[in-house]
Amino acid sequence: MATPNDVLNADYERQGFLSSLKPFDWVWMVACVVGYLGVLSVYGPAMDRYEHAILVGTVISLMWLGWYWKPIRVYGLAVAASTTLALFIYPDMAAGEERFLLKYLLSSQSATMWMCALFIGATVAYFAALLSRSAFVGKTAAGMTWCAAAFGLIGLLVRWHESYLLWPGHGYIPVANLYEVFIQFAVVTALLYLYYEERYRTRALGGFVMLVISSAVIFLLWYHFDRQAHEIEPLIPALQSWWMKLHVPTNFVAYGAFAVAAMVAVAYLFKLNNPEGNILGRLPSFEQMDDVMYKTIALGFAFFTLATILGALWAAEAWGGYWSWDPKETWALIVWLNYAAWLHLRFTKGWRGAPMAWWAIIGLFVTLFAFLGVNLFLSGLHSYGAL
Amino acid sequence: MSSESKRVSKSRKSKSTGAILLEFLGSMNLAITLLVAVAIASIIGTVVQQGQPYNDYLLKFGPFWFEVFERLSLYDVYSAGWFLVILTFLVISTSVCLYRHTPVMWKEMTRFREQTREASLRVLRHKGEWSAADAKVAEAIVQSALSGNGYRFRRKGDDKTVVYGAMKGRWNRGGYIFTHLAIVVICVGGLIDGNLPLQWRAMTGSLEVETRAVRVSQIPPQSWLPDTNPSFRGSVTIPEGKRAGVVFLPLREGVVVQQLPFVIEVEQFRVEHYETGQPKSFESDLVIHDPELDEPLRQTIAVNHPLIHQGFAIYQSSFGDGGSELQLRAWPLRGGPDEKPQEFEGEVFQSQSLEIAGETRTLELEDFEVFNVRPDVVESGRRFRNVGPSVIYRLRLPTGEALQYENFMLPIQQDDRWYFLSGVRSAIAEEFQYLHIPADPNYRLDRFMNFLEALRDPQTVEQAALRTSEELLQSLAVADPELAPAVAHTATDMVRRLLEGGFGAVEQHVTERLQADAVEPARREVMQEFSRTVLQRTLARIYQDVVTEEAGEVSPISLDEWDQQFYVDALAAISALPEYGAPMFLEVTGFNHIQATGLQITRAPGQNVVYFGSALLMIGVFLMFYVPYRRVWTLVKRNDDGSAQVLLAGTAKRDPLGFEKDFARLKLELTQRLAKGSETANNTAGTRNGDT
Repeated sequence: MATPNDVLNADYERQGFLSSLKPFDWVWMVACVVGYLGVLSVYGPAMDRYEHAILVGTVISLMWLGWYWKPIRVYGLAVAASTTLALFIYPDMAAGEERFLLKYLLSSQSATMWMCALFIGATVAYFAALLSRSAFVGKTAAGMTWCAAAFGLIGLLVRWHESYLLWPGHGYIPVANLYEVFIQFAVVTALLYLYYEERYRTRALGGFVMLVISSAVIFLLWYHFDRQAHEIEPLIPALQSWWMKLHVPTNFVAYGAFAVAAMVAVAYLFKLNNPEGNILGRLPSFEQMDDVMYKTIALGFAFFTLATILGALWAAEAWGGYWSWDPKETWALIVWLNYAAWLHLRFTKGWRGAPMAWWAIIGLFVTLFAFLGVNLFLSGLHSYGAL
Repeated sequence: MSSESKRVSKSRKSKSTGAILLEFLGSMNLAITLLVAVAIASIIGTVVQQGQPYNDYLLKFGPFWFEVFERLSLYDVYSAGWFLVILTFLVISTSVCLYRHTPVMWKEMTRFREQTREASLRVLRHKGEWSAADAKVAEAIVQSALSGNGYRFRRKGDDKTVVYGAMKGRWNRGGYIFTHLAIVVICVGGLIDGNLPLQWRAMTGSLEVETRAVRVSQIPPQSWLPDTNPSFRGSVTIPEGKRAGVVFLPLREGVVVQQLPFVIEVEQFRVEHYETGQPKSFESDLVIHDPELDEPLRQTIAVNHPLIHQGFAIYQSSFGDGGSELQLRAWPLRGGPDEKPQEFEGEVFQSQSLEIAGETRTLELEDFEVFNVRPDVVESGRRFRNVGPSVIYRLRLPTGEALQYENFMLPIQQDDRWYFLSGVRSAIAEEFQYLHIPADPNYRLDRFMNFLEALRDPQTVEQAALRTSEELLQSLAVADPELAPAVAHTATDMVRRLLEGGFGAVEQHVTERLQADAVEPARREVMQEFSRTVLQRTLARIYQDVVTEEAGEVSPISLDEWDQQFYVDALAAISALPEYGAPMFLEVTGFNHIQATGLQITRAPGQNVVYFGSALLMIGVFLMFYVPYRRVWTLVKRNDDGSAQVLLAGTAKRDPLGFEKDFARLKLELTQRLAKGSETANNTAGTRNGDT
């Protein structure tokens, strides 16, 4: 007689984790380990134990990220290869002017300029794709965005190297001033967008998100040419800490996520105005856009919480108190409270639609003030990024 | 949560006042209002700079608004009563939420709701329905599919109907408890470390806030706190080689003194600079003398590397001058030739009275810097150079008014020439206006000061003017013996006016005099030119005499181009002296640099409470966002012939898209397996029949 156990034995094929891995997954894992060992052999002796821990954490996160979101692996390998090449042919600052590859492609200046150009191009291309319904143009736009994000990250990594060429023994991870974090912001926002583009299988939102990135790029260009902000300045003692490697990037994942949420909200409101429109009708469904808004704000909120806690831990070590009501800290609290209220309304009152979209946009302005306005208009302990 | 609030509101009629209050305090509307209120209140504190000297506020806002803002505690918003009341309400509201919802969350985490009836499942949004040949097999498949998809379930049923209540991600609900508990914990931790007790004592008068700038020893005991105070955060500046056993806590418009149970000695302070002049690193060698220690504890602290000693954390926060000893020389800029340079010693942060050129000034030495790095823009980018030590001081008139000065000890190169720079300003907010005194060939002030001294001597000027006038009149072929002394007298007068008001004043005087003398316009031009020439030549002659004397010669030596340029620069400086506003030029001739280290000392017993709360918050946020909470029900209805109807249903409000995908996966699995299961059941049934 057939018992229920027989049926269970002829089990439904449910794949295990290891057997679900494809060859490229293994390539990525191996690449991560090789990259780790490479970094260890070159920079290991100069790193303290905290930096070792951060490096291990980064490698594990990258492995997970590559498994979770497959396209990032190609991106990661391309960035790693280009950066390694750049470091090999970059023994001193003079090489940046003399070597063709560095001068026109891979020095932090050139790479950043490529990033700027490609982001502007991608913005145009995304809108062109939306207007023309051309899948090819859409693919081109996505390709440009990937390349721009790659150049941005290469620029930052090479700049890290350059800082050591300029200030031997006192270089630093390039997240220490407004110029550097704007590059980081553009890269992170682009990658977050690309993730959602892939997950929701739509390129219609690209132009909207690229608008905020283009604004950052325009600011960056002004900052570069008008204020010579690209010059690598030495690092003040307060910032000479491994905490900076954690606190700042974490914060900018949050800012990037909030920016994506706000730009999707803009698209949402446009579509709400004309849901059946010839062009706006092609935007994703309201439900999908609402979902992206929620997902990005949740992601941003989680990272923002983490970043603020990391900041508090650092402040306790550098300034003698985990919380000083410094304007930057206070504005971080305001941003946090604002999104906390947003999430509460969505969770418990079930709010959706236009009011939440408007709020997400206002949220971006609050965030913008916290990360730019405070430096411009208010003084305090966080006065590193003054214009 | 929302379903619970509905249930609560339905039964409101029977609620007592306390329950209604509880409901109000725990309501979402209040919570949102409080979140927004804290945010807005926080903004105020970033717009009005906090903790500044009250005088600055008075200047900024005027007496009326100063008073209003002070009443509203806008100068220390985050310690203000009203702000703490809002925060307290936020904590109460969160606590009430926790109190009311934790049981609900607990139920959601632990109950599988397997008592659900078919009718309620049929109204759910997501459904799937199948027929199965064998009810037992179907149940086995359902169980395996549910657990294979990560669901935990509970079975309830009789012979006819079985319901599987299933859920996954129940820790999502734990996330709610964690995050809200975290807020309460963090606020309590913050309260422990806050200065609320001090505020209270200052308000009730048992603690007096010291607002004067006096020495520690002069501060009365009513402003002291014992070393048993469990939590504080303050700062103290200790010069090298000195020690301190107290720290100053800012409170309201002044400070109170916190006694430490140990004494901190600063052996040495070191600062390194980048070539841009920015500090590269700074650190202090500390010795802690604690009666509880067998021998003093020695440790070097630096920025980002504090010393923790028995719950007291000592941080390197700043540095500054620790009372450097300066050798100074005050060159007179006014008065007669009898005024000679005065040599004396001074100490930074000390003041002394000076009598110079018949005027009294109080010299307040404010700061001394050994390095001053200036960027030079050159073609290949930027280059930096150190222009040497500088001193900042104030000269205060007996009336109380003061100008602030910044003097550089060494001459500074500008376009191949060297100048002693001295900046002056009347308010901190202004930029310094620099006086450029040309340095002589020995890079000293002597030639300029000799020239100035000669100009201050009416006799020297008179003689030089007379000789100049005679020569000039001769060259113009005017042979009037009376005229030369008159011209010379006018020239002397012009030199005096030059020293008193600069070239502008001289020009103005000449113009006015010509107008008063009713000289006809055509001749005015000539006369004015003549006056200028006389003045110029007189000044040039005096200068030449000074240079000749400096060279030790008797007969006038010829001036080269460099000397000529010095003369032009010197006259420019002399003409600017009246605006410089000081009767003296202060030269630093030597110094003994003494630095002071700025330490921040804290005792924060609430710190670990806050960190614990932060960890809770992080875990809670992660659980809420990334562990999706999902419930499905499976109903297996057995028919009389042993076959069964299977109904799968579920719903999710918060994450509809994610749930849809998840549900679809489960549905697909059931579709495939139930079909296969039915086949297997049928087949085995057939074989069995064949056997018999």
